[in-house]
Amino acid sequence: MNIYDLIFYLFAALTLISAFFVVTNKNIVHSAFYLLFTFFGVAGIYVLLGADFVAIVQLIVYVGGILILLLFGVMLTNKITNVEIKTGTINIFSATVGVGLFAGVLLAAVLYAPWKVSVLQEPVSTTGILGNLLMNEYVLVFELLGIILLIALIGAASIARR
Amino acid sequence: MVTVGLTHFLIISTLLFSMGIYAIITRKNAVMVLMGVELILNSANINFIAFSRFGNFGYNGQLIALFVIVLAAAEAAIALAIVLNIYKNLSTVNVDEVDNLKE
Repeated sequence: MNIYDLIFYLFAALTLISAFFVVTNKNIVHSAFYLLFTFFGVAGIYVLLGADFVAIVQLIVYVGGILILLLFGVMLTNKITNVEIKTGTINIFSATVGVGLFAGVLLAAVLYAPWKVSVLQEPVSTTGILGNLLMNEYVLVFELLGIILLIALIGAASIARR
Repeated sequence: MVTVGLTHFLIISTLLFSMGIYAIITRKNAVMVLMGVELILNSANINFIAFSRFGNFGYNGQLIALFVIVLAAAEAAIALAIVLNIYKNLSTVNVDEVDNLKE
């Protein structure tokens, strides 16, 4: 058991435990804060997989952007003064059974599938490689994503102000 | 405790996916449903990057994970704008009570 495995289990535990609290906590603000730890743990897993650039983007976009947006959504749509910030739940029993079965099938598929693993290379810094791919092979997707973000910005502003 | 390989990462992403589905099914608050969607997108990203590392696919998986993150940001912005609008019109964000588009 080397240090890589130890760090992996640390980040895996952080991710899964905080994700469990996200989906079970009654208080929606607490859920949002547990989601912070989930995103952080996922970023750590990206680093362990040799994806340093994606990990940093995950931290910047998810923790800095999406989580703040979600917290704004919580704060703007609940009355903080009277304690009506708890979220109701429905379908607990059927959801537990269904999701449990689904997870079991998926786990069995993952565990028993004969995955072909290629020889691992030493992880290198991926920023330059990803930039080259983005500007050569994927340049059309890149441009389309820019347009999508612009449309999403305009659409969100116009929907929210109506 | 065996040494960490592809299966470990796939198990993490499976469990994250299941918890995201659970959040979407059980929660009433629309913002919580959005959090479940974010969990699912994260689990998909873990899969993309794990296969990009352990398979012989180059760096395409990491790039697609980046695209997923961009789309998640756009989706969160639009969805929260819609949620705010629903709250303004109907004074609730519980998805089981919102059964018409306009009061």
